[in-house]
Amino acid sequence: MQNSKLNFDYKFGFSMPENNVYKAKKGLNKKIVEDISSLKKEPVWMKEFRLKAYEGFLKRKMPDWGAGLSKINFDDIYYYIKPTEKQVNSWADLPKEIKDTYDRIGVPEAEKNFLSGVSAQYESEVVYENISRELDKRGVIFCDMDTALRKYPEIVKEYFGTLISPYDNKFASLNSAVWSGGSFVYIPKGVKLPMPLQAYFRINAERFGQFERTLIIAEEGSFVHYIEGCTAPIYTTASLHAAVVEIFVKRGARVRYTTVQNWSHNIYNLVTKRATVDEEGIMEWVDCNIGSGVTMKYPSVILKGKKSHGEVLSIAYAAKGQHQDAGAKMYHLAPDTSSRIISKSISKDGGRTSYRGLVSVSLGAKNSKVYVSCDALIMDEESRSDTYPYMRISEKDCEVQHEATVEKLGEEKLFYLTSRGINKSEAETLLVNGFIEPVVKEIPLEYSIELNRLIRMEMSGSVG
Amino acid sequence: MLELKNLSINVSDKKIIRNLNLKLEKNKVYVLMGPNGCGKSTLALTLMGHPLYKIKSGTIYFDNKNITKSESDKRAGAGIFLSFQSPLSLSGVSVFSLLRTAIAGKKDPLALREEIEKIAKQLKIKKELLERSFNEGSSGGEKKKLELLQASILNPKFLMFDEIDTGVDVDALKTMAKFMEKNKKGKTYLIITHYNRILKYIRPDEVLVMMEGKIVKKGDYKLAEEIERTGYAKL
Repeated sequence: MQNSKLNFDYKFGFSMPENNVYKAKKGLNKKIVEDISSLKKEPVWMKEFRLKAYEGFLKRKMPDWGAGLSKINFDDIYYYIKPTEKQVNSWADLPKEIKDTYDRIGVPEAEKNFLSGVSAQYESEVVYENISRELDKRGVIFCDMDTALRKYPEIVKEYFGTLISPYDNKFASLNSAVWSGGSFVYIPKGVKLPMPLQAYFRINAERFGQFERTLIIAEEGSFVHYIEGCTAPIYTTASLHAAVVEIFVKRGARVRYTTVQNWSHNIYNLVTKRATVDEEGIMEWVDCNIGSGVTMKYPSVILKGKKSHGEVLSIAYAAKGQHQDAGAKMYHLAPDTSSRIISKSISKDGGRTSYRGLVSVSLGAKNSKVYVSCDALIMDEESRSDTYPYMRISEKDCEVQHEATVEKLGEEKLFYLTSRGINKSEAETLLVNGFIEPVVKEIPLEYSIELNRLIRMEMSGSVG
Repeated sequence: MLELKNLSINVSDKKIIRNLNLKLEKNKVYVLMGPNGCGKSTLALTLMGHPLYKIKSGTIYFDNKNITKSESDKRAGAGIFLSFQSPLSLSGVSVFSLLRTAIAGKKDPLALREEIEKIAKQLKIKKELLERSFNEGSSGGEKKKLELLQASILNPKFLMFDEIDTGVDVDALKTMAKFMEKNKKGKTYLIITHYNRILKYIRPDEVLVMMEGKIVKKGDYKLAEEIERTGYAKL
């Protein structure tokens, strides 16, 4: 599915030597699941949770309705790698090759300038973590999931796996069985974070599976913006990223979760993300999928409280050999709920994008409002885009709007721009950036610049 | 400055322009008139380098250089400009970002912005039009004014105005024509039109009449007045 030549311009495709503290044997079996749990000195309930999930994984069929997954060889993957002995809160304390990696990606720089807290996961473990002291004092918790399980077992047990069951789908089962790392975020009542929290995920090893697990709890009236970024080296073999993210938005709280996914093209990115929202709460997913070979991801929002609101704003970009099968799910369970899905996808050089979405309005969710808009831009004849919008509307008293456009990058628009002295590849970039602008403007400036740069790089990489 | 030698142009295998010979000079204003479908826009789009307009034979010289095979961005770089008959719209792209990209590296972005705002004022273009998606929801006059704004920033040598006077109200036409008149020094204009009204504000040095892909008559501004009275049939 991948071809390293195409990734010529991928800036983060470098790899570092492996100096692991522990690396599980290749492949997956019950013993490996047990070993991961023992190594982490977990409570019995978690070990049992993992083992149940592993059985679920074995029983579940591969999803056959989306992108092609038949080439994943579960026996040819390492499921757990511990890169360092202990976690640090100063970049200087990291082993050199890991510190260099994050420097090249620019994480420490970003932390200095505009983040409230940063967590950096390398292979299976979070190796660096820091949160501003002020937020710490106000009771905000931002740590990796393993630490949370040790330090806050009651909270974790109350929420963990309750929104996405270990049997939800094959990859959620897999994650539940072998999860490691990820973020735990707890925002106390009324606390509004002035700057975003960022988690950075890096895969370094070849034939590796990263299975982070994230849990965010936003108490009444609180606000947090959580950003995740991800990159990996270019290998000729496939790696797997299967995360699970559960978010609980309490009454009047607001959570924004932004993803800038830039995995190398040898990664299968199969992620389950779900949020539940109480009365007057707001959940916003901003989901940008630029990298990976195959992505299947449909961030979901369960609007269970009156007047709650959900959003999914997404961008998908697929070049040669890539298939972005992404979308959104909205469940309106209560009256006066509203949701908005805006999806922008671009396919180029034989790439394929699919929008797959579900909106469900249950009986009794009166006066709910639904807005879905999915636009696809197809750059050439070889590329493909499909739309699978599902609507299940059981309540008569609601307002549903759905718009979809498919546009081929027009010769006339390109000619107009080139007639102004702009060369063809710059003109394409300008049009593509214009196309995704409604979503990009929702992303913090630092990231939108990065995103525009990424698109420019991907575009010029495949043109030149 | 522009010379066409035996130029023949096909559009989807149909001959539109046949063996056209034409020489345009610096510092002159030309008007190109002719009935619908005679090849005026085809000529303009071909000179700009539109990929669908195929040059079957002949040569285009611009500033003594053969540009027959140059692509449109290169022609723009050499100093050719086309004000489009129906300028399209671009979602998510403002005229600011368009010009910033076009002029990249040649001008400081802040200075460019100031210059754009200054010219917009002269052309009575509302400021919000500069920021929002190019031409989206704009009136005919607003679109044509943005063409002139781009011309002014890009500062070409040879400017083609394809029906800049259609779909434009009287006030906008006056503003634009005066702007064109004021800035004509050192340039060559080729104004493609059906009407006389723009010529009240900007006097042509030469009027060219095209029929069936050929220049059939040349004259001064009086020729344009004659056509207005009697039509093309009598020529």
